Amino acid sequence: MRKVAVVGAGMTLFRRRLQETGKELSFEATRMALDAAKMEIGDVDAVIHGTAPDAFDGVHMKGEYLLDGSGGRRKPYMRVFTGGGTGVFSTIAGYWHVASGLADVALVVNEEKMSSCQPHPQSVFAHIWDPILDRPLKPNLVWIFAMEMNRYMTVHGIPYEDIARVAVKNKRNAVGHPCAQLADPNITLEDVMNSELMAWPVRRLDISPPSDGAAAVVLASEDVVRKRKLRDQAAWIKGVGWCIDSTMWTDRDLFFPEYVNRAAKMAYKQAKITSPRKEIDFAEPYDPFDYKELHHLEGLGLADKGKAGLMTREGITERDGDFPVCPSGGLLGVGNPIAATLGLKVGELYWQLTGQAGKRQIPNEVHTGVTQAWGDLMQYGCVVVMGA
Amino acid sequence: MTDRIGRWPGAELGPKDLESGAVTTVRYRPEAKFAWSAGEAMSRFLAELQEGRLIARECKGCDRILFPPRMFCEECFRPTDTWVHVRDTGTIETYSISYLDTDARRIIEPILVGVVSIDGASPKMGIMHYFGGMTKDEIRIGMRVKAKWRRPEDRVGSVLDIEHFRPLREGER
Repeated sequence: MRKVAVVGAGMTLFRRRLQETGKELSFEATRMALDAAKMEIGDVDAVIHGTAPDAFDGVHMKGEYLLDGSGGRRKPYMRVFTGGGTGVFSTIAGYWHVASGLADVALVVNEEKMSSCQPHPQSVFAHIWDPILDRPLKPNLVWIFAMEMNRYMTVHGIPYEDIARVAVKNKRNAVGHPCAQLADPNITLEDVMNSELMAWPVRRLDISPPSDGAAAVVLASEDVVRKRKLRDQAAWIKGVGWCIDSTMWTDRDLFFPEYVNRAAKMAYKQAKITSPRKEIDFAEPYDPFDYKELHHLEGLGLADKGKAGLMTREGITERDGDFPVCPSGGLLGVGNPIAATLGLKVGELYWQLTGQAGKRQIPNEVHTGVTQAWGDLMQYGCVVVMGA
Repeated sequence: MTDRIGRWPGAELGPKDLESGAVTTVRYRPEAKFAWSAGEAMSRFLAELQEGRLIARECKGCDRILFPPRMFCEECFRPTDTWVHVRDTGTIETYSISYLDTDARRIIEPILVGVVSIDGASPKMGIMHYFGGMTKDEIRIGMRVKAKWRRPEDRVGSVLDIEHFRPLREGER
């Protein structure tokens, strides 16, 4: 397989409601990424568009609807969707286009506009459940997170404050992010722990907000990087992995995300990483809820089972700590426009590894980073390892 | 780039901007109705629920009792072999005390909901359901519970033929 680099990235503001359409947001992010990569749309061989369920937009062929905005017209084009995992998975799809030699330059564009769904996108989440087993119980999406968080806390005896600390860290980290929706320089542990109880053990500030937004990255082969003299702004994809478990989520123990672990092992094998905690410098795991950051650090093999909370408590995962986690501010601080979290995950790895993260730049030198996303009915994980 | 980019695209709207007519909007309400055929495994499962029983499928490939039942084993990837009745008792694997209803509206009396693994099925195999006959302070992971069935004449062949799972009483099976 050929070497593949990220050579440019772009993203829009993340906000609860933006005026632009999904197509217009896609265009803005894509144009930014192309400008950063010093390319025009004619230089792009293939386009991959990531976006979440059609029901958010009420347009039942969303990939086709959005393609003009992501530069896909009259090109090899595909839409990918792996639930919340789409934020990182679309880059994996872009990677295989270039690694295989089918494309020299691939554009990866993710968009989400959740605000169109009235009065709240929660109402269409009702349609993800099994129609026979789950739906008669009228489940709310927060319930399953609450159940997973409770199982995780109870099995390991993790105190709630160790989880709430993640929300504090990420919302503070987001202060340096120009697109952030919920950055808060003054937020305290007490604020999170005393916020409204939604579905015990989940409180309001444990949850990332629904958002509108778009993000894009440009992927290029080694030849393109050399010919176009992009080496200084290239971050290389070293390994990719993905894995899905059954939708029968009531048949597995939720305390550990086995599927994330399998995806991580696949990516580490390709990246020739044998002891991830030593060989990786920072991480951008998926953090739609604060406990998920910890759950995923354990799935990624970056913390022992049940011990990720201690890393947070000891400050190891702060931006200036020994092992920074979510230096972008994450979904908790910057926002959660599902697929568009690409900009916080792959995008942040890119900006950090090429020294372009500005106020968010990790003070210690970083050479290798890992990002991961998660989705569907607590069953899907995908992992990308990148190096400068 | 974070340093060099001056303009980050996107025009934020406030919560009232749509209602007040400050921005141009187009509205639409979809009309979609569904009737699902329950299929082989679930048709039997629902019929058994109406009789006040829980049923599973055995896979002789991996020696597991699969609950909820399915006609093929996703592990061995072969057809499952036989129908097996399982108990209506089990163990709370996890739960939430929810102050949100299905539409994320706030409610005063919380809903107790979680996963119960079913006795007689393979370990950790269960369903999501409500819990009752206990307070939010009494519920805990590991609690032994039993189905509270609706009266036979009120059952319709649905997971809701079980009202909720209640605490298993001393000496009860």
